[in-house]
Amino acid sequence: MKAILTLDNLASALVTTIWTPVFIAIFLAIIAYAFWPRNKVGFDEAASLPLREE
Amino acid sequence: MHQPSISKSMTSGEAGLAVGFAVTAFFCAIASAKALDAPFAFHAALSAAASLAAVFVIINRYYDRPAALPPAEIDGRANYNLGPIKFTCFMAMFWGIAGFLVGLIIASQLAWPALNFDLPWTSFGRLRPLHTSAVIFAFGGNVLIGTSFYVLQKSCRVRLVGDLAPWFVVLGYNYFILIAGTGYLLGVTQSKEYAEPEWYADLWLTIVWVTYLIVFLGTVIKRKEPHIFVANWFYLAFIVTIAVLHLGNNPALPVSFFGSKSYIAWGGIQDAMFQWWYGHNAVGFFLTAGFLAIMYYFIPKRAERPIYSYRLSIIHFWALIFLYIWAGPHHLHYTALPDWTQTLGMTFSIMLWMPSWGGMINGLMTLSGAWDKLRTDPVLRMLVVSVAFYGMSTFEGPMMSIKVVNSLSHYTDWTIGHVHSGALGWVGFVSFGALYCLVPWIWNRKELYSVKLVNWHFWIATLGIVLYISAMWVSGILQGLMWRAYTSLGFLEYSFIETVEAMHPFYVIRAAGGALFLIGALIMAYNLWMTVRVGEQEVQMPVALQPAE
Repeated sequence: MKAILTLDNLASALVTTIWTPVFIAIFLAIIAYAFWPRNKVGFDEAASLPLREE
Repeated sequence: MHQPSISKSMTSGEAGLAVGFAVTAFFCAIASAKALDAPFAFHAALSAAASLAAVFVIINRYYDRPAALPPAEIDGRANYNLGPIKFTCFMAMFWGIAGFLVGLIIASQLAWPALNFDLPWTSFGRLRPLHTSAVIFAFGGNVLIGTSFYVLQKSCRVRLVGDLAPWFVVLGYNYFILIAGTGYLLGVTQSKEYAEPEWYADLWLTIVWVTYLIVFLGTVIKRKEPHIFVANWFYLAFIVTIAVLHLGNNPALPVSFFGSKSYIAWGGIQDAMFQWWYGHNAVGFFLTAGFLAIMYYFIPKRAERPIYSYRLSIIHFWALIFLYIWAGPHHLHYTALPDWTQTLGMTFSIMLWMPSWGGMINGLMTLSGAWDKLRTDPVLRMLVVSVAFYGMSTFEGPMMSIKVVNSLSHYTDWTIGHVHSGALGWVGFVSFGALYCLVPWIWNRKELYSVKLVNWHFWIATLGIVLYISAMWVSGILQGLMWRAYTSLGFLEYSFIETVEAMHPFYVIRAAGGALFLIGALIMAYNLWMTVRVGEQEVQMPVALQPAE
């Protein structure tokens, strides 16, 4: 049976085939950013930002 | 100091707003005259009067102010705009007490139905949305807008952008609350839970909210601090998502432009889906993301400790916003909503355990090295206990979203108990803690009028919460079990009225808990009022460093 392209199954195809991996990739990139060793200095500084103001 | 004289003229904002409000007043007066129903006539007349008042205030303010607008900086340091924040503090306390009081009234109506007084305006059905909107949107909203303006300026080290815009946001938002609240009492509602206001109030809120977003983003863009502090991310997620939710859930077509009634564009189960996508994300982005911003700023500041893990705060933020947006369908278990959608909502709700508890741990562990302060500082204790309640209710929520648990809990008082452990324990306490910090800071007071009274507030309110939520747990599970009990012959064992009768004692206990919570808030209002009135001034700073009004 030939699949019929409708708005519904197009949307569902986009959700399953594109957006899930895209969001997972974005999230993994965020985790990498958070744990990147070079970013630690900046984060430590930011953690005490509320204490630094006048 | 000699100021170079500049000729005084209206800013485009002042002129534009004055003309805009004059035009609005004109159209509102016409709408009031042609109104099809009495509540709409009242709201249109009120809006015409309010618009005229706005024109008067803008022009009056122009004549009173010096030629130059307040400078963004004085001697190289930001000249913070605190006036609108002071206003939100006052309004938060006002609406908080009003909302808690109406909550107590409707809790008492459930225990003693005669208190409905057989009048339409005081019936449970009209007072209940008044309670929820007053505590969530009026009390919580003012706390969020006020603290966001404060944290934003302080953590960006820059004055809020706009001269009238911040005032437009806080006054416009509170006017929306006024229209919404009086509408409920007069029977105006679009019958969507937590989105009851009708089309004209929704349109007004859209204008106010977009202005809020512009003020927030404009200030972020002009920041002096290169890094955007994590609290601002949470505030921004709150502002942006609430805008999207509001637009998604309210595309309504008015029956007439001169009447209050409208019909929603969505039909059937799509409407229900949109409603709970909105409803649950009002929890996720209004009652969670916004107040987490408060946690990430006020707890480190009050404990004088850095955030436990800034890395965790980043992951907390992104995980929370990626997951929350999908959790709505758990409000529609065992309904006409497709089964896979229900399961999806349940799955994302369970996954939310991780960011929620990550955030809770981050908030609590910020006290590392400062735990002893909990003994002496009831304000910090309030903030920390709020995070504990956050952990508790974000454990309970995912559990209740599991379909088999939900089959027992749904439509029972368990849900009410769950909501209130989050609302009273988390949102309430974190807001109280933030206001106790904020009022001395922005009114430039050395300390609160009375720390002892904060202690009283803390214990009375905590006792109230415990009474409230434990009564609702027992009553909810009792109710759920009675509804599903069968006899050996397959008949329902209890009639509905028998379940209602069984819950009476718990309704009385719940009302008592609510009364204690209200008493705590009254103590707080007195304490804050006295802090502003008679509190000792903070050691005089050099004139240039004083925050401008």
